Amino acid sequence: MDTTARIIEKHDLTDVTKLFVVHAPLVARNAAPGQFVILRVAETGERIPISIMDFSRAAGTITIVIQVVGRTSALACALQVGEEFLDFAGPLGQEVPLPAAGHAVLLGGGFGTGAMFPLARELRSRGVRVSSIIGARTRDLVILADLLATQSDELHVCTDDGSLGYHGFVTGRLEELLDAGAAFTHCFAVGPMPMMRAVANATRRRGLPTMVSLDPLMVDGTGMCGGCRVSVGGKSLFACVDGPFFDGHQVDFDEADDRLTTYAEQEKLACELTGLGR
Amino acid sequence: MPIVYPHKTAMPCRDPEERRRSWDEVAEGYTVERAIAEARRCLSCQDPVCEQGCPVNVPIRDFVRHVALGDFAGAAAAIRRRNLLPAICGRVCPVEHQCELRCVLAPRQDPVGIGRLERFVADWERKNGNGETAAGEVWRDQKIAIVGSGPAGLTVASDLAQLGYPVTIFEALHAFGGVLRYGIPQYRLPKEIVDEDVAHLVALGVEFVRDVIIGKTVTIDQLFGELGYSAVFVGTGAGSPVFMNIPGENLKGIYSANEFLTRVNLMHAYSFPEYDTPIRRPNRAAVIGAGDTAMDAARCSIRLGAGEAHIVYRRSEREKGARTEDYERAREEGVIFDWLTLPKRFLGDENGWVRGIECIRTELGEPDESGRRRPVPVPGSEFTMEADVVVLALGTNPNPLVPQATYDLEVDSHGCIVADPQTGATSREGVFAGGDIVTGAATVILAMGAGRRAAVAIHEYLQQRTAEKAASR
Repeated sequence: MDTTARIIEKHDLTDVTKLFVVHAPLVARNAAPGQFVILRVAETGERIPISIMDFSRAAGTITIVIQVVGRTSALACALQVGEEFLDFAGPLGQEVPLPAAGHAVLLGGGFGTGAMFPLARELRSRGVRVSSIIGARTRDLVILADLLATQSDELHVCTDDGSLGYHGFVTGRLEELLDAGAAFTHCFAVGPMPMMRAVANATRRRGLPTMVSLDPLMVDGTGMCGGCRVSVGGKSLFACVDGPFFDGHQVDFDEADDRLTTYAEQEKLACELTGLGR
Repeated sequence: MPIVYPHKTAMPCRDPEERRRSWDEVAEGYTVERAIAEARRCLSCQDPVCEQGCPVNVPIRDFVRHVALGDFAGAAAAIRRRNLLPAICGRVCPVEHQCELRCVLAPRQDPVGIGRLERFVADWERKNGNGETAAGEVWRDQKIAIVGSGPAGLTVASDLAQLGYPVTIFEALHAFGGVLRYGIPQYRLPKEIVDEDVAHLVALGVEFVRDVIIGKTVTIDQLFGELGYSAVFVGTGAGSPVFMNIPGENLKGIYSANEFLTRVNLMHAYSFPEYDTPIRRPNRAAVIGAGDTAMDAARCSIRLGAGEAHIVYRRSEREKGARTEDYERAREEGVIFDWLTLPKRFLGDENGWVRGIECIRTELGEPDESGRRRPVPVPGSEFTMEADVVVLALGTNPNPLVPQATYDLEVDSHGCIVADPQTGATSREGVFAGGDIVTGAATVILAMGAGRRAAVAIHEYLQQRTAEKAASR
C-alpha cells in the first residue's frame, strides 16, 4: 500500500508561509473539514500537527499551509515540488460540526486563515451564508484572501497597521459588524490563541455560538499521550481525538496558552543550534 | 540424581551507578557457562507443569534440555515452534507469575531461570544468524488486515504468513512494535531487537504499512470493501492514558506515562537536541503508580538526570503491580518509594509549572473488588512533596479509535472490544480482536497468546468461507 506523500505544488504565500498540495490519496479519501494531519520531515524529527486546508478525493490531494515557527516547520517549508514528507498521517481529529442553515462568520488570523477555507466551502454548499474576516499584522502577510473570497458572500480584510483593509484586529471588525446589526448565527475562528480568546470573549457577550480550533502540543495525535489535553467546560479533553474544534465559550484559554510554552527554552535552543526557525 | 543448586544462576548486570546515566541494556544476559549451569538445575519433569503457565505454551522442558546439552540451535528451534519473539519475551515476560511460578523447584528454592534462558537462546540465535527466516511463500488469495503492530498483531501476522496468507499490518505511528517501541525503554528492551523481529516478518512476506490510522485513514468497512480484505484482526492495545482528575493536573511538567515514555522511547527525547523532540528534564521526579510502567518512568527520570525519582503509591509494597526484577533494579538505581501515599492535588508556581504535590497518607482497609486492600486516607496526615516533573502511571484504557469508527462492533462498559476468549471472534463477522484492546492493559505474552488463538480461528474462518463458496457454486 502506498503511503507516500509527494509534493505536487508549492506556493509562497509569504516569506515564511508556504502552501503545499500533497498527493496523498489515502489521507484524502476520508478527509473532512476541520481535520488535521501529523507530519514528520526527518528521521530524527518530531511529529507536528498541521490543519488540512483543502482536500480532493478525486485528485487524491491534501493541501496544507505551513508557517516557519521552529526547526521542524522550517525544514518542512524548505521542501520542494517532487519531494516527499517523510511521514504524513491522517486525517486526524473530528470533523467540525457545521450548521445546515443560517449565517456563519469565519475568522482567520495569520496562517490560520487557510484552515477556514474548507469550512467556508462546505458551509456554502449547504446553503449557509458565509462572511469571512481575515487578518494579519501587515498587508504582505495577508494570505489566501482571493481564494477565500470565492467561497464567501463577503470578505473583510484587516491589518494591524492599517496597510490593507480595516485598520485593527479581526475582533474589532467583528464587533463593528455585530454593532451594525449583522445577524450571524454561528462563528468559527482559527488563529493564534490570543486572537481566538478575543473572538470568544466578544461573541460570548452577545450569545453567538463560537467554535475555535485549538493547536496544542501533540506527540502521536491519536489519543495516546494526552499531551494535547485542554480544559473545556471544566473537563479535560484531548484536542487530537475530541477536537480540534471546541466550544470557544467553554475553553480555558489561559491554561491552553500557557501549556504552549512548555518547551519554549528547548525550541529556542534547537533554532539557535541549527540556524533554522525564528 | 543431579546436584541442584538452590539459587538461580545470577545474570550479570551493569553497575547501578553506571546505569543511572546510561540507556544501554541493564541486564547483560547469561554467558554460555552460566546458561548451561542454570539449565542443569531443571529436573526435566515428566509432566512439565511450567509449560501450562506459558500463554503460548513454549516447550520449556525441551528447550532447557537442549541448553543443558550445549545444543543452542536445538533450543532455539524448540522455542521458535511456539514463540516467534523470544528475545522480547525473554526480557519482558513476568515469568514469576507464569512459567517460573509453576516450576516444581519453586516452593523450596529458586525456580529455574526460564526467562533468562529464553533470552540467552534468543540472543545466541541472533548472534549466530541461525534465525529460521526462510523467505515465506504467499500462495493464498484471502488477504488479512492486522490493525496495530504490537505483540498481538505481530504474532497473528507471523502465524498467518506461515500459513501462506497475504498479511498487511497497519500501524498508526511512524515506527513498528506498538508498546515494544513506544512503551518499553531501551535499557530493558533494545529497539534493535524489535527491528530484527519486524525484519523477520518482512522476510516471511508480511507487508508493513505505517502512518495509517484504522478508523480514520481507512475504516474497517473500507478494509473489507474497496481494499478487499477477507478478515481483520484488531490489536490496537490499551493506549488511552488515565488521569486522576484532581486539581492542577494540567500544569506544565505533568505527563501521562504514555507521553513521557513515548517522548523518550519512540521520539528519542533523551538525545535532544540531536533529535528534535524535547522533554522536561526532571530534577525531582514523582511517578504516581507502582506497576511496570511506573518503574519504567522512574528509571527513565533518573537517566534523564533527576537527582531524585520517587514512586508514589496509595497502597503498600505488597500490592504493587511491577515485576520483582524491575522493582529490584529500580531500587538499586536509587528510586525512592513512598508507599501508602495518595496525591490530592498538584501545586504550581507562578509560571504554570508543577512544583509539588499535596499528598495524604493512607492505611489499608478491607479488600476492594480487585482483591487488594483498599487505601483509606488518614485524616490530618496531609503533606507536600516537591516535584518538578510528575508522571501519571495509573494504567491505560482501550484505544477508542477503532470501536468508535466501526459500526456494530460490541464493546463492554470499559470500552474493551468484546471477543470470544478462545477465538478472538467479535460481534462483527470476519473481525477478530486480541490483546489489551480486549483484556484491558495486561502483558506482552498474554497479547501474544491471544494473537496465536486468533490466528488459528481466522484460518478456520477463512477455510470455512472457502468451503461455503465452493458448495454454493
